[in-house]
Amino acid sequence: MTTTLPAYDEVVARYEPVIGLETHVELGTNTKMWCGCPTDFGGEPNTRVCPVCLGLPGSLPVANKAAIEAIIRIGLALNCSIAQWCRFARKNYFYPDMPKNFQISQYDEPICVDGYLDVEVGGETVRIEIERVHLEEDTGKTLHVGGATGRIHGATESLVDYNRAGIPLVEIVTKPVVGTGALAPDVAKAYVAELRDVIRTLGVSDVRMEEGSLRCDVNTSLNLPGQEWGTRTETKNVNSLRSVERAVRSEMLRQASVLEAGGRITQETRHFHEDTGDTTPGRSKETATDYRYFPEPDLVPVAPDPAWVAELKAALPELPRVHRRRLQQQWGLSDLDMQSVLNAGAVELIEATVAAGTTPAAARKWWLGELSRRANESGVELADIGATPAQVAELQGLVDAGKLNDKMARTVLEGVVDGEGSPTEIMTSRGLEVVSDTGALTAAVDEAIAANPGIADKIRSGKVAAAGALVGAVMKTTRGQADAKTVRELILERLGVQG
Amino acid sequence: MSDLTRMTATEIAALVAGGETSAVEVTRAHLDRIAAVDDRVHAFLHVDTDGALDAARAVDARRAAGEELGPLAGVPVAVKDVLATRGVPTTVGSKILEGWRPPYDATIVQRLRDAGTVMLGKTNMDEFAMGSSTEYSAYGPTHNPWDLSRIPGGSGGGSAAALAAYEAPLAIGSDTGGSIRQPGAVTGTVGAKPTYGGTSRYGLVAFSSSLDTPGPCARTVLDAALLHQVIGGHDPRDSTSIPQPVPDVVAAAKLGATGDLTGVRLGIVSEFVGEGTEPGVMTAFRESVDALAKLGAEIVEVSCPTFAYALPAYYLIAPSECSSNLARFDGVRFGLRVGDDGNRSLEEVMSLTREAGFGPEVKRRIMLGTYALSSGYYDAYYGQAQKVRTLITRDFTAAFERVDALISPTTPFTAFPIGARTADPYQMYLADLFTIPTNLYGGPGISVPCGLSEGLPVGLQVMAPTMADDRMYRVAAALESAVGTFTPPAL
Repeated sequence: MTTTLPAYDEVVARYEPVIGLETHVELGTNTKMWCGCPTDFGGEPNTRVCPVCLGLPGSLPVANKAAIEAIIRIGLALNCSIAQWCRFARKNYFYPDMPKNFQISQYDEPICVDGYLDVEVGGETVRIEIERVHLEEDTGKTLHVGGATGRIHGATESLVDYNRAGIPLVEIVTKPVVGTGALAPDVAKAYVAELRDVIRTLGVSDVRMEEGSLRCDVNTSLNLPGQEWGTRTETKNVNSLRSVERAVRSEMLRQASVLEAGGRITQETRHFHEDTGDTTPGRSKETATDYRYFPEPDLVPVAPDPAWVAELKAALPELPRVHRRRLQQQWGLSDLDMQSVLNAGAVELIEATVAAGTTPAAARKWWLGELSRRANESGVELADIGATPAQVAELQGLVDAGKLNDKMARTVLEGVVDGEGSPTEIMTSRGLEVVSDTGALTAAVDEAIAANPGIADKIRSGKVAAAGALVGAVMKTTRGQADAKTVRELILERLGVQG
Repeated sequence: MSDLTRMTATEIAALVAGGETSAVEVTRAHLDRIAAVDDRVHAFLHVDTDGALDAARAVDARRAAGEELGPLAGVPVAVKDVLATRGVPTTVGSKILEGWRPPYDATIVQRLRDAGTVMLGKTNMDEFAMGSSTEYSAYGPTHNPWDLSRIPGGSGGGSAAALAAYEAPLAIGSDTGGSIRQPGAVTGTVGAKPTYGGTSRYGLVAFSSSLDTPGPCARTVLDAALLHQVIGGHDPRDSTSIPQPVPDVVAAAKLGATGDLTGVRLGIVSEFVGEGTEPGVMTAFRESVDALAKLGAEIVEVSCPTFAYALPAYYLIAPSECSSNLARFDGVRFGLRVGDDGNRSLEEVMSLTREAGFGPEVKRRIMLGTYALSSGYYDAYYGQAQKVRTLITRDFTAAFERVDALISPTTPFTAFPIGARTADPYQMYLADLFTIPTNLYGGPGISVPCGLSEGLPVGLQVMAPTMADDRMYRVAAALESAVGTFTPPAL
């Protein structure tokens, strides 16, 4: 079935979107949530396991204090209230990647509730209300072999890796976000980006979407103005910031086309496809699964000492929003300029580049110019472009030292992005150094003067502007590897003319 | 040397420590006894002959090297098959775990090993500890050594029968609703349920997490106390384990054995001495109460009205937790797997495995618990049961403001014939009528032999406040000093 999607402008003119985000963050604790197994990414399947995370009969969980501390810090950073007493709960359902066939999670007693996160979108501040932040355990990973879709149905066998089982997972749930209109996709993206930055600043997770340490489910619905909220869908498999935005946009368009055709939205899970930018239906949620939640009897309640919570609150680092304001001042940027830095996801990159010795202006030029352009072309996040702040700083250092001119620096940067090595290495391997050896330059200048006697005469007679033609000739013979200013000075000097 | 199998653990440990016998000799005597009688008793599901002899040799070697031995070094122990034992089959009395050899030891098993005790093997039990007669074992019933046609109680009938049949001087049980105390009562042995959290559950295959309590079984109160001391105490692997030292139960048992209970106030639970208790049980109980009074105890009656609701509350809480705890038995990672022929779906294989692997009582409780936890029923069933639990705890707390310990018959009736109560689950559940309140409260309880009724043993239960386990040992040891121990007819 092919349907023609309506134009986005028309959709947002007619409907009001409501979005909601559930974000899962794998904590970077040294050990798992209930046992002492390591949590590092990767590893041979089923090597980072023990009786506890395999759910062997008789084994028992013991809560990881570092994880409790981490979630309280996240809650505090998100302006949440921290429960003085709460419990874990069992969420019962059968699935082979769940060793116990129940997940230890939290149900009606989450550890952090009622917070908010302010995000900037298009120069406006949007407050995203946080409903709850709770702690649970991650599942193992299942690989379905032999089926057409890689899903369990149709597979001839399923392989399970429990290395990930029991890694502490924080779930952050927003309240429904209303009133963002056409900006809904951008708000969703900005929220996840801000959340990621906050959590990274806290140092409790590496929040890498591509490795799955930050995973996002996006709820979307549309309603006509003044009407009740529409039926929502939950889009899973949204693995990058860009995808968050695309998933919301695509789901808004899809739902609008269904509604326009007189259809109704099915409450269901949908899978986002990075390649097509579409979502396809997954599990229907019309018949709600009964997880038979009940308080986890194997764990004592969590009752964080208020004095400890106060201590954690006092020790929170400077959060990204405050930090950005400070940087904006330090870098002397207008709100608009800062916004473009933010939009490009370049704050930390520029900050690190500046820390490596580059001026803010130069650092911003590279990240927002050449590198952003490359990132857009290849559809990757700026941070994943392949150039590091240290390399950019090195590149600018070569420019400042007069070893590279602007044009050559861009070429070298291409090489860096393409993984050819450090700027210095690329400069050497591509033979790109500015010709500063005066002997060679003087020879090239003399050659150009000899080849263009008419122009040389004009210059001698005072038409200094004519020197440009000779500069061009020299640049040509040096294949652009000379500094134009130096060449010009040299020409005038050889012709005995004052500049 | 007189028969080593007739000795108490205390006596055996002294002989081993003194070099008058060896741990190997003691172990062989018990293995021989098992070989001689267990085909009739069926207390054991697995006898670990090699492992036991290796452990015994290690104790003898340590003694020979002049090392100081613990108070139970060289004493054989039978372990209920509910505890994980590294490399030794652990079935929980269920087909679903047939052949499973755990890769780890339960904390209690580790402590037994560290103490130099010798594990003889694993004892029979009702499947997943759900039952009061050991008839629900998937491997056939255990027979009561007092009368082989009768049940030895349950779920820990194997451990109790092993003691009564002189196959082991010590055993480990687990008590969720009475599974240590009721078998103790009907086999004429001592069974103690420690304070919940006083003994580690790590490695105890869970039935009902908030109730399960492993504990000691023995033929004398002092032996039980010695075993309690060895296995008890905080375990960082069990979140619900209490981070406090074990109350000095050994000193308490020794104090009680002096036969002086002056200044001790004991409360008879009024609700447990009325109708529904066999006359013979009541007679033995009354005589024991008189004996306790003669030892100086002040006896009062205490009403605990909410105890009447303990049984229904228990049969909501325990099945609810079990329905979740037993979900992991799905054939994916360990134990039985049925129907994996390459053509069936994962769900079908899980269903077939659970269908074949679980017995009828286990299925009944999984169904009950699944229902009770279901959305829309949770508040009416599980939620309500938790409220009852709170009320029962209040009754206990109020009672312990008036008395030092509560007493009652352990169970309303003596050992019944095999097959007599399997047709009606409720008749079976009544066996735990008097023991269940303690589990819901979390305090300790002990059953001590107090007499015979028509030739069958009767037990008296002493219940104490949480972490006052020593109190119940004192009372139990005092009663034991007055009424003596009871020896079954020769097998």
